[in-house]
Amino acid sequence: MKIHVQLPLTDETVLLLKAGDEVLLSGRVLTGRDAAHRRLTAMLEAGEALPVSLAGETIYYVGPAPARPGQTVGPAGPTSSYRMDRFTPPLLKLGLKGMIGKGRLGPQSLQAMKEHPSVYFAAVGGSAVLISKSIRSSRVVAWPDLGAEAVHYFEIEDFPAVVAVDSRGINLYDEGPKLYRKTAL
Amino acid sequence: MREVHTSDITQAVYELFLDANYRIGPDVMDRLKQARKEETSPLGRMALEQIIRNNELAAEEDLCVCQDTGISVVFLEIGQDVHLAGGPLEDAVNAGVRKAYLEGYLRKSIVAEPLFDRRNTGDNTPCVQHVRIVPGEAVHVTAIAKGFGSENMSRLMMLTPGDGVEGVRQFVLKTVEEAGPNPCPPLVVGVGIGGSFELCAIMAKRATSLPLTRSHRDPRYAEIERELERDINLLGIGPAGYGGGATALKVHIITAPTHIAGLPVAVNICCHAARHAERTV
Repeated sequence: MKIHVQLPLTDETVLLLKAGDEVLLSGRVLTGRDAAHRRLTAMLEAGEALPVSLAGETIYYVGPAPARPGQTVGPAGPTSSYRMDRFTPPLLKLGLKGMIGKGRLGPQSLQAMKEHPSVYFAAVGGSAVLISKSIRSSRVVAWPDLGAEAVHYFEIEDFPAVVAVDSRGINLYDEGPKLYRKTAL
Repeated sequence: MREVHTSDITQAVYELFLDANYRIGPDVMDRLKQARKEETSPLGRMALEQIIRNNELAAEEDLCVCQDTGISVVFLEIGQDVHLAGGPLEDAVNAGVRKAYLEGYLRKSIVAEPLFDRRNTGDNTPCVQHVRIVPGEAVHVTAIAKGFGSENMSRLMMLTPGDGVEGVRQFVLKTVEEAGPNPCPPLVVGVGIGGSFELCAIMAKRATSLPLTRSHRDPRYAEIERELERDINLLGIGPAGYGGGATALKVHIITAPTHIAGLPVAVNICCHAARHAERTV
């Protein structure tokens, strides 16, 4: 049973979602990965205004492949989220409500999520073509010089994901494997 | 003596990288489908379903399976009775990579220098090249597109001879356990044992490109491959790391003679999108 979730996330939705829920996300996401996160936090540290508001937004960690003519976006699966850990706490403080990526978040992100209720969604890594079919439009918001790493707005429809870490701090990457583990190292 | 023009190698490298990035091999697809049949975790089955459908779509539409089209690694086995005519071999191989990534709508992920500017070279070159001169008059080219989600989770350890089989087993299991969901399981685990520091890493990379239907020709090592695959799949990490039985599709070991004082072991983890293609020119 998949849950339809509208973005931007409301506070009610953030509190309702539970680790392990299968979701279909629709609405607006920002994109950003390593280079964009470095620039965002450098601007924050310098006290400059950001080129985009983060309040209530969800960031998708992605650097798509080039689009073929006629495509909205090229293959666009999630990248590993832990590389953004050091940049995530200040963004959550600014009101970021959701992240979409794959793999574990580190202690910095998990701690910041406890202080600022939010949701970490996981998409299946390596399903870039399938995921790109749920991206309806793409528009560069900041730093076109970063190419695939530029910050975009994506309009998505029925983007397949699961809740990996919920607002209570329950973590699918801990709880899921525990259920199926048959050995100790 | 046979003459091979380096432009033919450029063409082969070009075609191999398109093929590797668009089409997951039938051996990997068969294992994924078998895993889907056997998987008991609902989220694990969902992830496998999504991966299989994705790979089918990519092949139908000539699109890269994953947006991380990787660092390009090329293994060349060149017969000693071949005369290479034309431009420099290294340039010819890079020209094939450049053409594939520019014309094939593949992502360019290589930065020219690792620490300071990290400026993207714009064409995914230079690639990594491993050249071996072998008997005969053929040129065999293997192209590997290696994503960094799994590359970053790979490890090398200089064990001591006393650590033995159990030491190797523990190191491989620990590497996969610590990687958890990050390298996009179910994995192909390439293990290099022996040689020197750098050789065992190269063997581990080569091992990720072997057909999943093949095992080590020494039955003792083939048994370690089977045992490791079984033990990895007891860890519970599962497809996409959501929990489940399918964590590894295959463990491949490549071995080499080593020093009396050493037991080097490298574990090169490869995601389920094991993208490689090979051809004899």
